[in-house]
Amino acid sequence: MSDDREAILSRVRGALAPLHERAPLPVYDSEIAVMRSLIAGRDLAELFAERLKRVGGLTFTSPAELVAHLQAGQWRHGYCDPVLWPVLAPHFGPDFTVELTFDETRVDDYAFGITRAAAAIAESGTIILDDASTSRRLAALAPWVHVAVLARGTIFSDVTQAVAALGADRNVVWCTGPSKTADVEGILIEGVHGPGAQIALLV
Amino acid sequence: MRFQPIDQFAAGLPADKRASVYQSTKTTHEKRTKLLFDQFTDPNRLRQLAGEIKQHALENLDTYLPKVEAKLKANGAQVHWASTGEAACQKVLEIMQARGATKMVKSKTMVSEEIELAKFLKPHGIEALETDLGEFIIQIDDDHPSHIVRPIIHKNRREIAQSFEREGLGAYNDDPETITRRARHFLRHKYLAADVGLTGANFVSAESGRIVLVTNEGNSRFCLAATKVHIALIGIEKIVPRDRDLGLLLNLLGRSGTAQDLTVYTEFINGPKSTAQPDGPEEMHVIFLDNGRTDVLASDCREILRCIRCGACLNVCPVYRQASGHAYRSVYPGPVGAVLSPLLMGGKFAQKADLPKASSLCGACHEVCPVNIPIPDLLLRLRNRAKEENVPSPGTPPMGAWALMASQPTAWKAALLGGKLLDYVPTKLIPVPALQAWSAQRALPAWRGGEFRKWMKQRKR
Repeated sequence: MSDDREAILSRVRGALAPLHERAPLPVYDSEIAVMRSLIAGRDLAELFAERLKRVGGLTFTSPAELVAHLQAGQWRHGYCDPVLWPVLAPHFGPDFTVELTFDETRVDDYAFGITRAAAAIAESGTIILDDASTSRRLAALAPWVHVAVLARGTIFSDVTQAVAALGADRNVVWCTGPSKTADVEGILIEGVHGPGAQIALLV
Repeated sequence: MRFQPIDQFAAGLPADKRASVYQSTKTTHEKRTKLLFDQFTDPNRLRQLAGEIKQHALENLDTYLPKVEAKLKANGAQVHWASTGEAACQKVLEIMQARGATKMVKSKTMVSEEIELAKFLKPHGIEALETDLGEFIIQIDDDHPSHIVRPIIHKNRREIAQSFEREGLGAYNDDPETITRRARHFLRHKYLAADVGLTGANFVSAESGRIVLVTNEGNSRFCLAATKVHIALIGIEKIVPRDRDLGLLLNLLGRSGTAQDLTVYTEFINGPKSTAQPDGPEEMHVIFLDNGRTDVLASDCREILRCIRCGACLNVCPVYRQASGHAYRSVYPGPVGAVLSPLLMGGKFAQKADLPKASSLCGACHEVCPVNIPIPDLLLRLRNRAKEENVPSPGTPPMGAWALMASQPTAWKAALLGGKLLDYVPTKLIPVPALQAWSAQRALPAWRGGEFRKWMKQRKR
């Protein structure tokens, strides 16, 4: 089948030809979509943690806290980005099994996945992942718990700033809390396809 | 008395379904309003701006489409064009067959519903599995979505539990959490076994060629982590001029649709996976679909193409709340569907010409629309079109006598005099069912016809 490119473009031109003038692109300050009163005067890491909590996520400020949480939840088998492991390994006890490769044929074996975050957004409690910082897309997605290791200095104040900094990465994913659905009778359930627990580890 | 098709459907809707649709749409709408007005000083200005941006994009599609095509190609994507739904289905099939692919996982896309892609692929031996929980349930039940954002708003947990039991997904259990876990377990292995991931797009930036996907469940992320080919099926109206416009639109989309500051996952896709990344599609195809959209662009209802599919107009609509989505007999229900569906019918406009009448024109849909679409105006234009095309309108009282009187002053004056007689007519006895139903609840006030004329005559200039 021949491609319909020319046919579509010519119909578009035909549809627009009778317009005497075209609607102009409005001039606006992106500030209009920023929750300034929420952000003003706040420490961004603190605000981020508060907003992440609001959407059902958790923030830890030390590896020890993280390990205690994983222990309490009985999440003992997981994946860790090999770049992060040298720093984190001393905090994990012998009852943990942490793999540095992710074998998708055993996708259900991994209770947690630890990968790096590229950045975050304080205003919305969003963790930003991209291809450059994520060692395996699947490891940040399939395990029940996702831990994103986030550098304090990379937190944007608001959505508008984060959009401006999108850059050239092929796959930027904003994660605002754990995976959710309300499809069944409008009841909120966390952990549909993605993580049921979203954690940020601030470093 | 005969009714419009939408009224007939609504009349037969079970009371419990109506109650659940009413309750959940009302709750979402109230949360949406609170969120927007608590968080922003001028949420209405945001809606207006977003509407102006999308209107600009639509009215300059002749420039933006080639621009976005060039950007997508530069990002490493292959771009295809499809005039019709069938052409788009065919293109998907070609892409799959060229790779010997037989398994597709689909993220929620209204466009694939519109062109009935899964139904088309099935006889070709291709499984196209829905992965959004609601859409998955729709698929195993061979049903249709009844809401743009909440496809199974018309189903209760017991029905879903029965479907899961029937499909071998476990013994009967109607706990929503159990239902969700079972779908999670079943579908993750499907993603991993699939060859192709198909998504729609919420926005495409002409500036960068970035495709933006928004989901809460993470199913589109899984499609783009587990498969090697990504096909994005995109209506030509999804283009926005610049990346910075995405900030504004994303802020409105989550709040308007599901009362969230942001939907859980917002993905910005700039081509196939990076070489260093082990997971994800090596090949990316974008199919731009027309399927009647250029007809809408040429019509006096082109504003409807601004729609970002948030569902806010459904949630606020008194007719949708009473009738539920299936009453609209279309992929797109509610106020937006009442405009879009008849327009997308092309030559078969008459079949859906009753939909624009399913509105009290209260204007709530316009007030909540994140891209400020004047839906009531568009409904009126379509009612007018139905009249001009002489589409029969069952249940609409004949207006011929009224038209005659209103255009003949003598007839009008005579009728005014005759009106006095109404005070003495026992209205309850007039054998017109509509009139009887009306007068059973109300009494006619005393006739005051002619007062205005009297006042006009005596008025001192």
